[in-house]
Parts: sequence; structure tokens; C-alpha cells
Amino acid sequence: MDLNGLYQDIILDHYKHPRGKAALDAPLASAHHVNPTCGDEVTVDVAADAEGRLILGYQGQGCSISQASASVMSELLEGASVEESVKVREAFVAMMHSQGNVEPDEDVIGDGVAFVGVAKYPARVKCALLPWMALQDAQIKAGLMAPKEETR
Amino acid sequence: MTPLDPARIKRDFPILERTVRDGKPLVYLDSAATSQKPRSVLDAERAYYETCNAAVHRGAHQLAEEATEAYESARAAIAGFISAAPSEVVYTKNATEALNLAAYAFSNATALHGIVGNPRQDPRFVLNSGDNIVVSEMEHHANLVPWQEACAKTGAQLRWLPVSDDGRLDLASLDTVIDERTKAVSIVHQSNLLGTINPVETVMARAHQVGALGVVDACQSIPHMPVRIRELGADLVAWSGHKMLGPTGIGFLWGTPEVLDAMPPFLTGGSMIEIVEMERSTYAKAPQKFEAGTQMVAQTIGMRAAVEYLSALGMDAIAAHEHELTGYALDRLDALDGVTVIGPQDNVNRGSAISFTVDGLHPHDVGQVLDSRGVAVRVGHHCAWPTCRRFGVPATTRLSTYIYNDRSDIDAAVSGILAAQEFFGVS
Repeated sequence: MDLNGLYQDIILDHYKHPRGKAALDAPLASAHHVNPTCGDEVTVDVAADAEGRLILGYQGQGCSISQASASVMSELLEGASVEESVKVREAFVAMMHSQGNVEPDEDVIGDGVAFVGVAKYPARVKCALLPWMALQDAQIKAGLMAPKEETR
Repeated sequence: MTPLDPARIKRDFPILERTVRDGKPLVYLDSAATSQKPRSVLDAERAYYETCNAAVHRGAHQLAEEATEAYESARAAIAGFISAAPSEVVYTKNATEALNLAAYAFSNATALHGIVGNPRQDPRFVLNSGDNIVVSEMEHHANLVPWQEACAKTGAQLRWLPVSDDGRLDLASLDTVIDERTKAVSIVHQSNLLGTINPVETVMARAHQVGALGVVDACQSIPHMPVRIRELGADLVAWSGHKMLGPTGIGFLWGTPEVLDAMPPFLTGGSMIEIVEMERSTYAKAPQKFEAGTQMVAQTIGMRAAVEYLSALGMDAIAAHEHELTGYALDRLDALDGVTVIGPQDNVNRGSAISFTVDGLHPHDVGQVLDSRGVAVRVGHHCAWPTCRRFGVPATTRLSTYIYNDRSDIDAAVSGILAAQEFFGVS
């Protein structure tokens, strides 16, 4: 088993040096998600600037995968438009459900490509998706969703 | 008492011959979650299906007779293993169902009570406003959530005995937590997370002092030590088969005949009845009263082989082996920088489930590195989330041993912990 394939340096770096890890003072909405099998948790706060671009904050505790994923997500989507955020999330989620059999697009998901190795370990997929699912939930609550997602 | 020979025992377990993660020998340290199964258990189930598979307690043909005989003689063997009478042992799907059976006795009796036309319910099971149910802060969710539900349905109050910093049941408040309004006390014999072996006799005695019924969750004790069931002092005892070499899909509820008779049924339907009319039914005596529908016959046959295997080794010898191995594991973990055992650190009244944290590392990551080396441990909250919270940790890594483990398995786990610390740069 290739530990380095699972825990790529990018993941370890985000885990040890999380980006954007702080609560927002005045979030439009927050979502607290837990992984009931291990107790990992993350709270994602969302707000929007005058142009409707996302302002993100998060807090959490958990394994390297879930916490690095939150950090990567924060870095990728801070300042993103709602449409961009949906596109990036869908690409990340699709990769996590690929069992590691796709070539992820770094132009879309940036450091998120490092998680392709995680997709091969079913027990860890949930860890990687935890903050992204919380963000989706928070965006829905805040009304910061692309029109097609709102109607789902 | 002949000491265990794990190297010889291992040869009886086909799965322990396999490799994992690119050819690594399997080091199985997750027996508190589920034990592996010896060939004799697998053979017994297969032989049942190949020779006498039939519906039990019905049918007049030879196969039905043989299947019924096998099913009931398995019950006798399992009862004998805990020094009980066969009629005192109820088959359930698992220990969770057994504990639900106990908890539902209270909520069902409370619902049935006082409705005109219903049979009289035993008042010991009827929960009135102001009554309470007592558990502990170290329960598996299976011995917590069913009682929460029983309280939610009836308005009874849920209380718990606290846990001390060293992972022991804190009995200082025993006489105030369990009071005159307590109707049930349900306590774990050996904690699946902390490893603590509780003085359940003391707690059960206090329960009986106030007229409450006493329940014990013995999932982690009966597989690992000699248990003479009546010595626990309980009215009901739940445990599972799959943690003691048996198949999945079978658990047990032991009860005193008097209490089993007084309990309302749980699951209802075929096989558990006495007389059925369109309007109402009457029920069979225990244990059949609690065994509705087609039962897990093959699993009872496998279970008999499991208790025979354990009895041949000797439960005293098993307990001695695990005690020695637990002491060794505690010593080796204690010597590691950054590793903290959650639960009793002394090898006294302590079972072989050892939870620990590693500074700077999440249990998932520790478990992943161990897994990459073929070492199977459990990570997470071990279905005892409030216990984790009590100790201020989100989760732990847990190693747990059984008859087929030896010191080399502990050494493999310790090497894996060191490797995890090095990989994540926290050593």
C-alpha cells in the first residue's frame, strides 16, 4: 500500500498549515457536519461580498484528510463566484467518487487533485467530502446557490 | 490450566493466513469489534446446511426434528457455557437487539398499561412520571440509545453513573443516582472503549435494594473471562456471538425465569404465540415468547461449536493469556512518547481492549498507517461517543486482542505507531 499516494505532500502541508481556518464574524449561514463513524466535524461559514463573491470561514477537528480538504476548499473558493464554487465542488465530488480512476483537472480543482489517491480508500472518501458537503449545505441556507442547484 | 499457544491456535483460523495491503501478513487486533472464526465454527454451519437444514419447532419430518434438536441442544451448550439453564437463554439477532428487548419491555409495558382489555402489566416494567433509568457514562451506544428511547416514550428520566479520570466507574454517587424512583439499571460489564471491568455485582445489588431491575451488557466480558451468569447479580444479561468466535447474526439475552415471564414480548408474529384469534393472541413461555419468526438456526449451530472451542481452551486460560498480553501492551504503550492510554493504565480489573491517543495525530491517520503495515485496529469513537467526550477526545485508536494474538502482534502495532509518528513528523 502506497502511503505517499494517499497522503500526498500537498495534503500533509494543508493539514499542518491550514489556510483560512477561522470562523466568520458575520456569516450569512453556517453548516455543521459530522462524520458519525469517527466523530470528525467541520463548521463552514459563508457570506458574500458586494459582487456576490464567496467569503468563507471554517473550523473543525478531525483527521488529516478532512482537515486538509477543508483548507484546500477554503483556498480554492475564497472569492469565487457562486457558479465557480458549484463547478469546483462538482468536479471535486466526482473525483472522490471515481475510486481514483480519473485524471483530475488541476485547472479546476487546484490542490484538490492531491486527493485523487484518497478516492481509492472507501473509508476515507467521506473524510475528504465532509467540508464540501458542509459548504453546500451552508450555501443553500444562505441562498448562495446557482439557480439549477436551488431547484434540485 | 494449560497456557494458550497462540501459534497453534492461529492455524485453526483460515483468515489469519491471508495477507493484506500488498502481501503484508495480517495482524488482527480488532477482536473487540468482532472476533475471527475457527474452522470448526465454519464447518458446523456448513454441516448443518448439508445434513439437516429445516424449519425448527414445526413440521413433522425427520429433518425438522433433527434441526430442532440441533437448535435446542445448541441453546443448552451456550447456557452451560455461562452456567445457566437452557430456558433462561433467549436467542436474538445480536446484543443490540437483546438490549432493545430489555428496553422495549419497559416502554411496551408502559404503553399497554391501563388500556381496558389489555392483560395486566407487571408494575416493575411500567414507567410513571418521575421514574428514572440509570446507565453509566461508559456505555456502548447499544446500551444507551435504547434507554434514551424508552425514556423519551414514557417521560422517565435518564441518569448515569459518572466515570473517573482513571477510567473507572465512580460509585461515590451510587446511592443518590440510583434512588427509590429507579426502575432499571443497565451497566456494561467491561467497557469496549476503556477496557474497564466494572463491579457490576455492587451496582446490581443497589438496583435490587430499590426494587429496580438490573441489566448487564456483557459483550466484552463473556468472550474473554469465565462468567457464571448468576454471580453478576443481574436480572437480564445481553451479549453477542460474533465477538466470541461465533457467527454474526446471533446474540443472547439471559434472564431469570421469573423476570422473562413477567416481560411483555418484543417482536411479535409466528412461533412466539400460544393461541391466536382474530382479535387477540396469547404468547408462548420464554424463551420462545421472544423468538418470533424463523430463527438463525445455522448460527446457533456455529455458536455451539464456538463455545466448545472456547471451553476446550479453558476460559481461565484465555483470561490469563489476555491479562498477560494486556500488561505487555500497556507497558509498551507507556514507553512511547506522545502516546496516552484512555482508560485504566494499571492491569487490574481490566480487559484487553486498549484505547489510546497519539499527540498530534488523528486516530484515522494512525489507523491508516497501521493498516498499510497489515495491522488491523479500530479507530473512531467505538460507538461510545459520550465516553470519548468525557475524556475530551474526539476519537481514539484501539487495539484489542484475543486467543490468537501474541506479543509479536503488540510489537507490530507499536512499530506502526512509531512509523505513523515519523511519517507525520510528530516524533
